[in-house]
Amino acid sequence: MQALFGQLLVGLINGAFYAMLSLGLAVIFGLLNIINFTHGAQYMMGAFCAWFLLNKAGVGYWWSLLIAPVVVGAFGMLIERTMLARLYKLDHLYGLLLTFGLALIIQGLFRNEFGSSGMPYQIPTELAGGLNLGFMFLPKYRAWVIIASLAVCFSTWYVIERTKLGSYLRAATENPALVQAFGINVPRMITLTFGFGVGLAALAGVMAAPIYQVNPLMGADMIIVVFAVVVIGGMGSIMGAILTGFGLGVVEGLTKYFYAEASNTVIFVIMVIVLLIKPAGLFGRER
Amino acid sequence: MAISDTAAIATRASNTARAGIVLMLAALAIAPFVGLYPVFLMKALCFALFACAFNLLLGFGGLLSFGHAMFLGTAGYVSAHAAKVWGLPFELAVLSGTAAAAALGTLVGALAIRRQGIYFAMITLAIAQMMFFFYLQTPFTHGEDGIQSVPRGRLFGVFDLSSTLTMYYVVLIIFALAFLLIYRVIHSPFGQVLKAIRENEPRAISLGYDADRYKLLAFILSATLAGLAGATKSIVFQLASLTDVHWTMSGEVVLMTLLGGMGTIFGPVVGAFIIIGIESYLSDFGEWVTVITGVIFVVCVLAFRRGIVGELSAWWSKHAG
Repeated sequence: MQALFGQLLVGLINGAFYAMLSLGLAVIFGLLNIINFTHGAQYMMGAFCAWFLLNKAGVGYWWSLLIAPVVVGAFGMLIERTMLARLYKLDHLYGLLLTFGLALIIQGLFRNEFGSSGMPYQIPTELAGGLNLGFMFLPKYRAWVIIASLAVCFSTWYVIERTKLGSYLRAATENPALVQAFGINVPRMITLTFGFGVGLAALAGVMAAPIYQVNPLMGADMIIVVFAVVVIGGMGSIMGAILTGFGLGVVEGLTKYFYAEASNTVIFVIMVIVLLIKPAGLFGRER
Repeated sequence: MAISDTAAIATRASNTARAGIVLMLAALAIAPFVGLYPVFLMKALCFALFACAFNLLLGFGGLLSFGHAMFLGTAGYVSAHAAKVWGLPFELAVLSGTAAAAALGTLVGALAIRRQGIYFAMITLAIAQMMFFFYLQTPFTHGEDGIQSVPRGRLFGVFDLSSTLTMYYVVLIIFALAFLLIYRVIHSPFGQVLKAIRENEPRAISLGYDADRYKLLAFILSATLAGLAGATKSIVFQLASLTDVHWTMSGEVVLMTLLGGMGTIFGPVVGAFIIIGIESYLSDFGEWVTVITGVIFVVCVLAFRRGIVGELSAWWSKHAG
């Protein structure tokens, strides 16, 4: 029983990261029609940013949660302005290829500098230790990750689906030319949205740092799983990305408990099944 | 432009292409005698075939597969296993690997063509990652070690393939046959319909073509030929390992095709020789190879989308009138 709840918790944690990353991908895809292959690398950069802040500048976890997404997000906006913006009129596959190349560059540079072994990042003192719930031991930091990511995901959902700003965003997704004609600066909105999506990845990276260690390759395999999550959920809805992310994390955790050999592949198998039954994805629509 | 003019230009273009093919094959035939290492050439040829197979799908079918390593790797594992454990001769080992890739291609293709564009790329990538984990865990591949010291054996029981030069010419013949097959397919009615679907799928459908069937056939053909490359590669280098099924390999074949020029006949060959050349000369620099690969990707996408062969032929047709 202990082990089952333990794996469920691990699943929820993974699910939290899947949700945040696929949310970022979905937001970017909605407006730019680009699949951001650098997303994994930017998640890794977020974790490294936190590590640098702590070990070189003495800035702690809480400030990192704010600073890392801003720094990495700004880096993302720079990429969007200087490179991606040139590709909007072309086939969307070029965006995928460009971001793939950028991911290779970033990962290669970090591996040259730091090798491929992980570096530890301490859990902030406020969240050290854990709670004994009777049926299982719950480390405080993990509880925090789940709650914080839920909060981040749902506030993103709220902003996009329920506010004025979000309605501009959704309108620009449908018809950018018309929205621009109404006097809204769509290119700036695209840049900021890209920065926001990248910032989400970096935030997930900071939150992951104390759990998974900081490693140049931490995003590389993650991003492929997140792609599968995105295919399963479909990119149609923000809520879809959140629910699929958490749901698949839990399924993966359960698989680890019941049939560990399949835990690496279960998400891909689910993707195949979803493609057979509902090609547009669980929450998606054909476009 | 009158129809006869168009036909004349088309004939001239295909004459140039045919002359190019003859020149390329002749150059490859004498290459070992002008100072190029046969081992390097064999590696480059295997990857050139891999890239040509990939280009058939991307350049002519418009489908970007980000998981083609699974066909290269699957065929490699099956051939290596067939040659080493079952003791099959060279030609049967290669055939069984290729057949395995064709079977896998049929399954994956049927699934992946249910979505298009970016989704197609993500789906193939995800399925390839699933295959990677499968090969990582299944016992016959020997995990991180791979299948080592695979015997090359004799071709048709006659030609001893342990001689590097004999092996090289066998690889060259395999490459040449596959290359000519691809050239033939591209210029067949099938290839024309495929291009029509790439340009405007709804229109091709309204003209009565079953687009999904064409795409699936192209996918299977591409997977099979990628498998032929992988099968040959694993026996030539006597090794089948996880490198060949990893996603970086899928990215590499995209890069070769993009750099050489997608949708051109010679582009993938040029791209493969350049990338394999870079990798073997920079092999001591470790991770810098990854960085350089990434830089080439970015430069190609931003400034050089037609690739080397594409840019050259555009320049040629501009200046030759």
